[in-house]
Amino acid sequence: MGTKHLRRMDLIFTRDDDYKNLVKDILSRKNEDIINEMMESGLKGRGGAGFPTGLKWKLTSEKPEATKYIICNADEGEPGTFKDREILTQVPYKVLTGMAACAKVIGAKEGFIYLRGEYHFLVDLLSKAIDEFHQICKVNSFDFNVYIFLGSGAYICGEESALMESMEGKRGEPRNKPPFPTDLGYLNKPTVVNNVETLAHAFTILKLGAKDFHDLGVQDSHGSKLFSVSGDTPIPGIYELELGMSVQDFADDFGDGDCKAVQVGGASGFLVPRKRFKETSIGYQGKLKGISLPTGGSMMLFNSSRSMYNVLSNYLDFFQEESCGQCTPCRVGCQQLVKGIEQVKRGEKPAAYLDVLLKLTDTMKVTAKCGLGQSVANSFQSIVENFKEEMIY
Amino acid sequence: MKQINLKINGIAINVDEGMTVLEAAKKLNIRIPTLCYHKDLCTAGNCRVCVVEQVGRDRLVASCATPAQEGMEILTNSLQVRNSRKHIIELLLSEHNADCTKCYKNGNCELQNLASEYKITNPDFIDLVPYKNYAYDDLSPSIIKDDSKCIRCQRCVRTCAEIQHLSALCVAHKGHEMKISTFAEKPLQEVVCATCGQCVIHCPTGALTEKNYIEEVWDAIADKDKHVVVQTAPAVRVGLGEEFGIEKNDGRVTGQMVAALRRLGFDAVLDTDFTADLTIMEEGTELLTRLKKALVENDKDVQLPLFTSCSPGWIKFVEHTHPDRLKNLSTCKSPQQMFGALAKTYYAEKRKINPENIVSVSIMPCTAKKFEADRPEMRDSGYKDVDYVLTTRELAIMIKQAGIEFSRLDEEKYDRLMGESTGAAVIFGATGGVMEAALRTAYELVTGREIPFEHLDITPVRGFDGIKEASLTIEDALPDWDFLNGVTLNCAIAHGLDNAHHLLKRMDSGEASYHFVEFMACPGGCLGGGGQPIPTSPEIRKKRMKAIYAEDGDMPLRKSHENPEIIDVYREFLGEPLSEKSHHLLHTHYKARERY
Repeated sequence: MGTKHLRRMDLIFTRDDDYKNLVKDILSRKNEDIINEMMESGLKGRGGAGFPTGLKWKLTSEKPEATKYIICNADEGEPGTFKDREILTQVPYKVLTGMAACAKVIGAKEGFIYLRGEYHFLVDLLSKAIDEFHQICKVNSFDFNVYIFLGSGAYICGEESALMESMEGKRGEPRNKPPFPTDLGYLNKPTVVNNVETLAHAFTILKLGAKDFHDLGVQDSHGSKLFSVSGDTPIPGIYELELGMSVQDFADDFGDGDCKAVQVGGASGFLVPRKRFKETSIGYQGKLKGISLPTGGSMMLFNSSRSMYNVLSNYLDFFQEESCGQCTPCRVGCQQLVKGIEQVKRGEKPAAYLDVLLKLTDTMKVTAKCGLGQSVANSFQSIVENFKEEMIY
Repeated sequence: MKQINLKINGIAINVDEGMTVLEAAKKLNIRIPTLCYHKDLCTAGNCRVCVVEQVGRDRLVASCATPAQEGMEILTNSLQVRNSRKHIIELLLSEHNADCTKCYKNGNCELQNLASEYKITNPDFIDLVPYKNYAYDDLSPSIIKDDSKCIRCQRCVRTCAEIQHLSALCVAHKGHEMKISTFAEKPLQEVVCATCGQCVIHCPTGALTEKNYIEEVWDAIADKDKHVVVQTAPAVRVGLGEEFGIEKNDGRVTGQMVAALRRLGFDAVLDTDFTADLTIMEEGTELLTRLKKALVENDKDVQLPLFTSCSPGWIKFVEHTHPDRLKNLSTCKSPQQMFGALAKTYYAEKRKINPENIVSVSIMPCTAKKFEADRPEMRDSGYKDVDYVLTTRELAIMIKQAGIEFSRLDEEKYDRLMGESTGAAVIFGATGGVMEAALRTAYELVTGREIPFEHLDITPVRGFDGIKEASLTIEDALPDWDFLNGVTLNCAIAHGLDNAHHLLKRMDSGEASYHFVEFMACPGGCLGGGGQPIPTSPEIRKKRMKAIYAEDGDMPLRKSHENPEIIDVYREFLGEPLSEKSHHLLHTHYKARERY
């Protein structure tokens, strides 16, 4: 065990029976005050990409179009992530309040919760929360309606432009960017897409003020974050932690004493081997020393009983299945990686073939159309480079 | 328009705002390779072959989908770009049945060209084809779909949706199983496919090709007992030259084509244009008859507007998607089928040949004509009226196989008897042409005067606008037609089934009402048909259209009713338009087909 224990927070799941008054209060504030509060808080998108939330709202608020949308991305599909489900179960009103604040700022009359298909069991509960929330909006003469859109099970629909295609009744395929959703989003109208957790944090910020949130975490990575902890840990579950912690500290607190590696950010994230625990911290790229890894919150711990070949093979199977299939590097690249490591393992290809595959992932990283194909390289490179012998023997 | 300054490969350029990096590079004579990009279609940005480096960015950008931005610095041939592009071509090849020597598109394949350009001689990646269970669908009489050649660029999918409003082809499954398929993965034969072949001319590889009947035709020619007649559609003569790189004379090759067909060994080289003129006589009379019944006799059963029926892709589209409109369709067969019916009756009689021994071949800019010839309704001569339909491309293949130096051929003339035609017939090959030809004849028939347009060029119905409209008020009609005095005839023209769909919607809603409407399944009409040389683009179609009207302008006769062979066929065989014999041989009926 390390010396420093991580500070566990409890902002998101704290019940707030007084939220009706917060909604009323938010609706009475000036738009620019809300935007400033959000920008000063330093909140970045909690889905994993880390775009500054306040800036996203600001950009969309500046668009002249009469119709705009706010979409809550609840298509929580990253392997090892299960925090949004819990937020929607326990504190849906915080998410709805966040959506309403955004709607007010940007001038949206309609909002959508794009709910992962497998979360259909949440529909009843969520609908009740929405009905109650609509009443609050009505009382405050705020014209805003939220609808649930149930996804159909494709991982790619968590990518915001594929998500909007899916909502428009089309195949879930990512769009070309630019244009970005803030310019041409759902139904070609300016649209904000925020992760469930991001919107819940917006609630905290608008309640406590930007400073309290900003004071948490470290430079460039402010606030707290929910982590879905799974794998070889005695205490799996969801934890709210301050950003900026080192993987060493994390493994000390959550590992089983035999932690070999931690996968940060799910299948599309990075595998951190034990030798890099100390120099790696969890947060957005910035001025931190060493490596900092952004994440949607998935933390998978592996102990020495795990074969990293199996881990990688499992991720790649997932990607070759969940790629939308439209762009060449992702569709064919994933198949090549799956077949490639198989053939190396079986001795049908020389170990040097791994270098060919590493180069291929370099290409995928820079040429794939969306984040899915680009991020396959993350886990592939970090696993193959750190556990090469496990790939071969 | 706002100007954007950027640098490509170090060269400064100034372009209009909204232009893509790909287009900007083209202005500098820098070609960036593409596969999923096509000028006729919306941008997909999915093949990633056109990626370029934007200085200052970590990732490459797809030049087809990236707008030029102020201050941008682009590198189209950096080491990273070249390596990435090579990887992408290799990846495509690893999923592709690259047995090029056995491919119908060998020599005319965009993927093959790229592989050759990047010298992919020793690919790094694993051949994935053995792991795939690629489907091969050759049940359609028009189109063969070979999934093992498909690179998933979705050009066909976008074509079928955007140009043809059908979406017979669509994307199915995801990830490694993603493929181009049809509704419930049925064969093309069983879905809403119009058989137009637009997917074929937009496909960069051999995944979609016409079903070819070249060997069957060679066999017929070689058979001494058979008398093989060939007919050539109007648009073939303005497209065929492209297969031989002929640019002069606007690419018109009518005379050389006739000479080549003779050298191939056809026993008679005849012209679909003859039956195009005949179509005008029949369809024009049908229009005037329907007008009379509607305006004078107040017959409520008469359906107006009259829709043209020359385009079999359009016919199949109506049968599938607008069965309530079947009654609006002219009962006239298409010129190809009128020709086929006459070849085995009138022609056989005059030439004293047993129709059983006649093999009737047609050269068409069209793949739907293959389907049409196979329709069970098309056997009114007692035999299959048209035995084999070849596309412009298949004819070019035969000419090349025969070792004919096409560009050096002297011009020859069509054989007599169903070989004579007018300028009105050749313009059937362009959108608006049937309308123009019909108006030239119908107006004169009704008023006794030539239609009042300079040189008989009815310019309002010409050009590439998706939907064109024209009105003509009849005055001083001949006594037989005096009921038309003061009547303004409203006409409309649509080409491409998406435009057809929109025009039908306008008619259904009552927003527009017409007496006569020309529909063509393909963009630009037959000149842009699915059987024409590959590639196609707006510029190529424009060039072909110019050639069509030049052909028309050069013809000594410009009006269908003046064609002496047409006068003969009525005098000697058919009697008069819409006669019983005409009805039997030249007219047909349609049937509703299911949407799914």
